[in-house]
Amino acid sequence: MKRFFSVIICFILMGLTVIPCFAGEKKNYSHLKGTTLNVYNWGEYISDGSEGSLDVNKEFEKRYGITVNYSNYESNENMYNKLQSGGANYDVIIPSDYMIAKLIEEDMLAELDFSNIPNYKYVLEKYRGLYYDPDNKYTVPYTVGMVGLIYNTKIVKEVPDSWGILWDEKYAGEILMFNNPRDAFGVAQCYLGQSINTESVEDWDKAIEALKTQNHLVSSYVMDEVFNKMENGEAALAPYYAGDFLTMYDVNPDLAFVYPKEGTNFFVDAMCVPKNAENKEAAELYINFMLEDEIAVANANYICYATPHSNVLASDDYDLKGDPVLYPDEENTPKTEMFENLDYETQNYMNMLWNELKIEGNSNLDAYIGLSVTAVLVITYAVYKFIKKKKREAMY
Amino acid sequence: MTKKTSLGGKLYTALVFLFLYAPIAVLILFSFNSGKSTAVFEGFSLHWYEELFRDAATLTAFKNSLIIAVVSSIISTVMGTAAATAIFGYKNKLVKSSIMTVTNIPMMNPEIVTGIAMMLLFVFIGGLFGKTGTLGFTTLTIAHVTFELPYVILNVLPKLKQTDAHLSEAAQDLGCTPFQAFYKVVLPAIMPGIISGLMMAFTLSIDDFIISYFVSGTSSQTLPIRIFSMTKRRVTPDMYALSTLIFLAILVLLVVSNVVSSRGDKKNGKKGGAKK
Repeated sequence: MKRFFSVIICFILMGLTVIPCFAGEKKNYSHLKGTTLNVYNWGEYISDGSEGSLDVNKEFEKRYGITVNYSNYESNENMYNKLQSGGANYDVIIPSDYMIAKLIEEDMLAELDFSNIPNYKYVLEKYRGLYYDPDNKYTVPYTVGMVGLIYNTKIVKEVPDSWGILWDEKYAGEILMFNNPRDAFGVAQCYLGQSINTESVEDWDKAIEALKTQNHLVSSYVMDEVFNKMENGEAALAPYYAGDFLTMYDVNPDLAFVYPKEGTNFFVDAMCVPKNAENKEAAELYINFMLEDEIAVANANYICYATPHSNVLASDDYDLKGDPVLYPDEENTPKTEMFENLDYETQNYMNMLWNELKIEGNSNLDAYIGLSVTAVLVITYAVYKFIKKKKREAMY
Repeated sequence: MTKKTSLGGKLYTALVFLFLYAPIAVLILFSFNSGKSTAVFEGFSLHWYEELFRDAATLTAFKNSLIIAVVSSIISTVMGTAAATAIFGYKNKLVKSSIMTVTNIPMMNPEIVTGIAMMLLFVFIGGLFGKTGTLGFTTLTIAHVTFELPYVILNVLPKLKQTDAHLSEAAQDLGCTPFQAFYKVVLPAIMPGIISGLMMAFTLSIDDFIISYFVSGTSSQTLPIRIFSMTKRRVTPDMYALSTLIFLAILVLLVVSNVVSSRGDKKNGKKGGAKK
């Protein structure tokens, strides 16, 4: 009997020591004090203290005594180049899905130690295990979103339900298009019912054909200029990210948003740690910090993109709680597809087609080549003359 | 000087100034906008100026830009002046002109080539020492000095040509050591060239985006890089506030320097007249 009791007591004691490890486990991070953390993020993609919001980086520095070096990029590709050059060691980066797939493929990301990121439990199930990181080893989702169609109800009297309206002659000169190949082709491919990750040359040819027929209807190819043009009522229709629509809507309430029936692109920007990070533990601490309720709410309010964080969705402090544009109900949720990393050849082919579209009206490419060759010759001659003259002057 | 300009001439001048300053006028106007829109003017306020001083990331970037501009322009001015004096001293024309050509290359080279080449060089040297993450303040400063140097030389060299070649010899005849001759006689004579070289180097450094983009590291993001990174989402109006402040600062600087130099000219003019 005594033995039995002692065994039980043993178990209880073991339990007592083990339980705290499972429940509110508090690791000690004081040894990270005084270190620095290099964060590389999109521009305007964090709550930074403007307009009375919370300054997330300052808060992190205050709490952990870790200095945050915060710098920005404006496209996945530029971020990739910087990272690959090896000249700068970042600890936390926030690329989009297809770029993450590429980074993992090239073995540039470190596996995360999720015992440092207990707040991962708040990430909704449907945003875990996505194609770019099927085993949830490398990434923690930061924001998610979809591309949709923004239109000005003053000009567009109907309610568009298809990407086809971007090919409607009625709105000639009042249509904006993405000024980056992947997104622009994405729109055309959704419209044509292709996969946005197709690797068939035929499909890409059809897509460029569609973009070329649309060319004369498009007033301009834009990225951030879309804000001004739509807010001003200068353009009637533009495909853009749902979260950015909300910012435009604040200024111009005549704008409306719709997810076309053919489906659209769905993206995730996720936090990762590159292999050559010098302060990986602090990086994980930072990622965990970004998932804290208060911080995640501040970021979601600031960025206006949809959040993958379950507590934010339920929080009363969240300004966009249940917003029908960011969180459409089941009936209005479009069919979606994510960008995947295209193979090298397809990517080159896409870029070539895109340049073709941007350079030529239709087929006077030769004229342009001729012109530029002449220009180069003239400039070379001028420079030659100039140098000769300089030399002669220097002689005297 | 009192020649009357025709109406057409006035109109043309007005048009040129309109083209030059309309963008800046619009920028200044929208920096006082109370709304977030960059398209619709909603009313006057100083809101974005307040926001600017709360925007830590932008202020840090601005601070980085200033530090690099000051340090690199001073280094390049010292090096450039020394180089110009040496180049001026060469008697052999062939050596002289070939050195000039070599120093001019960074200026003629497309910035993107210089940028990538610099980045590769720094990463390569870092790799030799088994270091990653070499890019930072030091590399940024080195890169800026490199592309500023030819401009300083080009500003100083003409001033050297204008001064009498025997000035330094005369000073040494009168008891100066060679160093004193340079320091007390030649240097004051070429000072305007040095100052304009310094100012040019400074503005070029503040301006530069492409080279900085390639050689900046984790903690040395400059203002142009910061602004460019906003173009996927949107450039916030506190950038307009910052640009307005920079514009005003430069305006004041230019007015002051012009007033000072015109006063100096008056004095020199009298002296020159007396000599003749």
